[in-house]
Amino acid sequence: MSTAAITVKLNGEERSLAADSTAAAAVDAWRRDADAPYVVSVNGDHIPRERLAATALCAGDEVEILTLRQGG
Amino acid sequence: MAESDEPLRIAGRELGSRLLLGTSRYPSPAALADCIEQARPGFLTVSVRRAGSGGNGFYELLQETGLPLVPNTAGCRTAKEACVTASMARELLGTNWVKLELIGDDETQAPDPFALVEAAAQLLREDYVVLAYCTEDLALCMRLAELGCHAIMPWAAPIGSGQGLTQPERLALLRQRLPTSVLVVDAGLGRPSDAAAAMELGYDAVLLNTAVAQAREPAPMAAAFRAATDAGRRAWRAGIMPRHSMAQPSTLAPDIPVDQYASSSSTSS
Repeated sequence: MSTAAITVKLNGEERSLAADSTAAAAVDAWRRDADAPYVVSVNGDHIPRERLAATALCAGDEVEILTLRQGG
Repeated sequence: MAESDEPLRIAGRELGSRLLLGTSRYPSPAALADCIEQARPGFLTVSVRRAGSGGNGFYELLQETGLPLVPNTAGCRTAKEACVTASMARELLGTNWVKLELIGDDETQAPDPFALVEAAAQLLREDYVVLAYCTEDLALCMRLAELGCHAIMPWAAPIGSGQGLTQPERLALLRQRLPTSVLVVDAGLGRPSDAAAAMELGYDAVLLNTAVAQAREPAPMAAAFRAATDAGRRAWRAGIMPRHSMAQPSTLAPDIPVDQYASSSSTSS
């Protein structure tokens, strides 16, 4: 496994991940509640759940992990 | 007069109430639950935003109500952002319904009509049920209806302002010009009488949040809004008398026989 790292923005925070990380790895790095539903976008595009593990991340990518919240 | 009313239907789906409720700014989850119980809304609106560490309680609370959940696109400024948010909400909630909001001005949170039309057209092509939050501009609302939006939702006043119906004549004109569209007054209501006034104009429903959530006692206010919404609807169906510029004395002469009321009622008393 590569030890090189990339820096991405995870929900606005800079995070260091392994260079071969996927969007699924970013989700694992961020999520605190295993049961809470979530959806993911990378660089403003929706990445459906079934494509997370196949979506490679690059340095500087902006990953948003979103969930259901209060709204009017 | 028949008292039974047709239920509100949007995109063929029957909703249980003409009061629609947002889920934001309540003092506690318990207060939100109490308000939902009192309001018995047709659906609840929610947002899709950054995940924190708040757990799954909010989702579970909403699930327990059994009510439909409609995601909004709050905070979106471009058609692309709104379409991506709708797509994510579809995955998250398993619904193709979306309350389409595009903000064009931070100060007033005024809807951006240009991005709104662009996003609505795109989402309708992708088989979404689009509930479009908009201004009361007639041409804009007619365009949204022509596109096929399932509900046209003009604001009464800026979001959260509690100003009530600032442009009642323009809202009335919309009802007149779009007689077959589902019209919902969304945003800006402050008092239950505002909800009643919107329904008295013939609107199909009202959507509100802050007026209930920020009341000193939210649950009783939720009940008051529900009663006012129902009262306004009944008044609209009953046929509101026309306005007159001059007095119309209402006291009949006491010696008119009852069996002549029908023939005498059209003459001045």
